[in-house]
Amino acid sequence: MLDTATGDAFVEFDRVQKSYDGETLVVKDLNLALPKGEFLTMLGPSGSGKTTCLMMLAGFETATYGDIRLGGVSINNIPPHKRGIGMVFQNYALFPHMTVAENLAFPLEVRKMGKSEREQKVKRALDMVQMGDFGGRRPAQLSGGQQQRIALARALVFEAELVLMDEPLGALDKQLREHMQFEIKRIADNLGITVVYVTHDQTEALTMSDRVAVFNDGKIQQLAPPDVLYEAPENSFVAQFIGENNTMEGVVTEIKGDSCLVQLDGGALIDAKPVNVTKAGERTQVSIRPERVEFNAERLSPDAHLLDAEVKEFIYMGDIFRTRLSVAGNDDFIIKSRNAPDQERLKPGQKIKIGWLAEDCRALDA
Amino acid sequence: MADATADQAETQSGPMLAADGTPLKRSLARSLRMQRIRALMLVAPLLIFVLLTFLSPIFDMLFRAVENRIVGDTLPRTVEVLKDWDPETSDVPPEAAFQALYYDLFLAAEAKKHTRLGTRLNYEDPGISSLFRSSGRSLDDLGEDHIEAIEDTAKQDWREGAFWYALLGGDAGEPVVESARSQFVALEGETPRGPVGVVWCGLRNVVGAPCPPSLSRMPLNFGLSNDAMAMLPTTSLQYAAFGVFTVLEDGEALQEEDPWEAVYVAMAQDLAAPDAAAKVAAYTGPGAAELQAAQQAIAALPPISFRDGFAEIDEDWLDPTVWRSIKAYSPKYTPGYFLNAVDLEMGPDGVQARPESQQIYVMLFKRTLIMSMAITISCIMLGYPVAWLLSNLPDRKANMLMILVLLPFWTSLLVRTSAWKVMLQQQGVINDTLVWLGIVSDTNRLVMINNQFGTIVAMTHILLPFMILPLYSVMKGIPPSYLRAAKSLGANNWTAFWRVYFPQSVPGIGAGSILVFILAIGYYITPELVGGTTGTFISNRIAYHISSSLNWGLAAALGSILLVAVLVLYWAYDRIVGIDNVKLGG
Ligand SMILES: Nc1ncnc2c1ncn2[C@@H]1O[C@H](COP(=O)(O)OP(=O)(O)OP(=O)(O)O)[C@@H](O)[C@H]1O
Ligand SMILES: [Mg+2]
Repeated sequence: MLDTATGDAFVEFDRVQKSYDGETLVVKDLNLALPKGEFLTMLGPSGSGKTTCLMMLAGFETATYGDIRLGGVSINNIPPHKRGIGMVFQNYALFPHMTVAENLAFPLEVRKMGKSEREQKVKRALDMVQMGDFGGRRPAQLSGGQQQRIALARALVFEAELVLMDEPLGALDKQLREHMQFEIKRIADNLGITVVYVTHDQTEALTMSDRVAVFNDGKIQQLAPPDVLYEAPENSFVAQFIGENNTMEGVVTEIKGDSCLVQLDGGALIDAKPVNVTKAGERTQVSIRPERVEFNAERLSPDAHLLDAEVKEFIYMGDIFRTRLSVAGNDDFIIKSRNAPDQERLKPGQKIKIGWLAEDCRALDA
Repeated sequence: MADATADQAETQSGPMLAADGTPLKRSLARSLRMQRIRALMLVAPLLIFVLLTFLSPIFDMLFRAVENRIVGDTLPRTVEVLKDWDPETSDVPPEAAFQALYYDLFLAAEAKKHTRLGTRLNYEDPGISSLFRSSGRSLDDLGEDHIEAIEDTAKQDWREGAFWYALLGGDAGEPVVESARSQFVALEGETPRGPVGVVWCGLRNVVGAPCPPSLSRMPLNFGLSNDAMAMLPTTSLQYAAFGVFTVLEDGEALQEEDPWEAVYVAMAQDLAAPDAAAKVAAYTGPGAAELQAAQQAIAALPPISFRDGFAEIDEDWLDPTVWRSIKAYSPKYTPGYFLNAVDLEMGPDGVQARPESQQIYVMLFKRTLIMSMAITISCIMLGYPVAWLLSNLPDRKANMLMILVLLPFWTSLLVRTSAWKVMLQQQGVINDTLVWLGIVSDTNRLVMINNQFGTIVAMTHILLPFMILPLYSVMKGIPPSYLRAAKSLGANNWTAFWRVYFPQSVPGIGAGSILVFILAIGYYITPELVGGTTGTFISNRIAYHISSSLNWGLAAALGSILLVAVLVLYWAYDRIVGIDNVKLGG
């Protein structure tokens, strides 16, 4: 699935640009291809152009430049209602003057489907989201989560192969959101539909998606499956945006194959994996995940470069310990350790040494 | 928690007690009452304002539409006598009625109130007002011979107020005097002061600008003599009426005033009574000699015939229709105005249709309703797209457009209406343009003003903002995502609009329609200016009756019917559309 040859791509953005005012590009040169059945999430900070991309795909905005293809056919000139793309809106956009069943029947009615077939499909769609008994209610009589399900059912009832969802869970509380994430994923997998999902909740992105496209500033910063994204961010934006991260600045002093030596601004030397650096003397930002930092003397490899650290704070979080250290002038260096019987509980003021495997510490762009 | 309360309830056998030992219910009620009183105090000023300025005029109007005290107040005795008169079978009423009418009308004429009654009855029986006016003038001549006969017996005595007072006045007869006073007060139309009036006058007293004394409180400083009342009952009665009038209206003392003709006429009547000679002979009080002489003089004359007297003043008094009108409109309350307002009248056989030539109100009501609907519909047609545009344009442009929509509000109504005259008249802009384009020939210029078309055009223009504003605010509250959702579900533009957008904008249409319709139904200036004869509304007729014909009762009846029509329509609207389906804002 990773390998998306342009040939069998179902949805394809080809050098798409978008500007609303003719001065700034909201979407800059977007290239994206996704095969049938993929669950792709667009993740990014507010204003990064996610909704714009979705709207272009749905046909409510036109691309300023470039081509959007669906099943190999350019859809630039097809009006939205002929694209056959299901869509779930952030506020659900359930028609308040219709009952749930009428809402669901609406796309079937405009497709001139017979009454009995319509009823059958509505019923099946309602059952799919476990809302079979709610057909007669008005949207206002439903809870947020129930409305969400109905919106999903409505986007699916006319058997769209591509469903777009723009922050569909944004208005729900945490627990319900987690439940619905699971639900949406299950239904999408069962039906084998292609989903483009927009969120700015990274956990949501990581747990649901086949691939995540991290947006910033109108560009895709990285397009990768969740594990790759988390473990191997390609630039410092992605590294900082996804998950928790410790960053330090420094200069590359030596590159040898898969690892390099970085001199931090405080003078200390560390090992890192060169990702965006190519030669000695370049400035870099190194990034290391808190759970990959090792402080147990026995487990540290003897020939690795170690750093001196002082414990500032120890937070007990149940399953893990979260410890704040002062490392090389940085007071916000976080490490996480598993709550295991033999795990040492650090005390504030304690002086320790920390280190890591060179491949866990990524030397990125400055 | 639930268990705890249950336990408590079980252990306490009596009612629940508050902390200070009073029953909980009572202290709760007390605290709630305090809250309610405080809330009431807060709204009290508004409530009083609304009651005074809004509700009371409405009730006053409703009341005026049925109120008809004027006949009974002006002709109390006549009304009393006419109770026994059957207007259908008999010809003119009996002499007693003429007699009562004489005394009533005499007092009314002196107080200059008889024309008012004439005007009132004229609404029902056109022409009657001149009859009253001329009769009031000529009433002094009735019984001339008898008056002269009495006077001639002792001119210097009879012309002396003091002589009359010595003969008729005294310390007794308070009920008679007071009833004369109340008749006069009713005639003057003064109502006794209510508690508010009393407080108000108290305040004015303190400030040093006291209210003028009320007629029913002013001292009269005279009474009647018991002897005279027994001997000359009618005279005493009339003398009391004269006395009340002299004191209250002219501010003179009765003792110094030579009574008016009606008292002489009453005297002549009393002296002509069969047992008058005996009574007068037995009388020994002041003026006994003069009275005897007068009695003899009267006895020589034929008795006064009021019927003939009135016939002499105006032949119309022998026409029973005049009397029928008086009788028909003598009750304190009358359906007459309402009947009139729907082109009916009270005939001898009960309610009947008015003559064809006088039937206009039903037609006007229908026209008002139909044209108001036409105006409402054209407001919807024109206002909907504008409101849609307003709510979908970017803010800056929308504000600009909004100013254009509101512009009419900033221009005088008269200017706007006159502008339509300029546009629509036969030599106006539109006709000129059409002629110039060759669409209409110069001889066949379109008539677009001073008719229904002109009214509808001008009123649509004037009321349009009242449609656009509620529509706009409702549309503003419909998120664009609904339309997008509909399109993404496969609906084309029209279906998306018609099935999704339009139903949600219906509350705005409802609110706008109610506003426009109700405003239109009561509109008056524009139809007056551009309506001509075919485009006027019922309100123009109401205005006419208020300011020109002064038939306030009819105006009130028409207004009440209009009010009821609006309420009924509102009710029907609520039943059909549902009033919760009306929104003034998103
Ligand atoms: N209709 C519009 N007209 C002009 N500018 C727009 C319009 N819609 C969006 N923009 C601009 O385009 C940029 C991208 O907007 P977009 O809605 O795509 O962001 P987003 O990634 O969906 O953000 P969020 O997470 O907050 O929803 C923003 O800077 C926004 O101001
Ligand atoms: Mg968005």
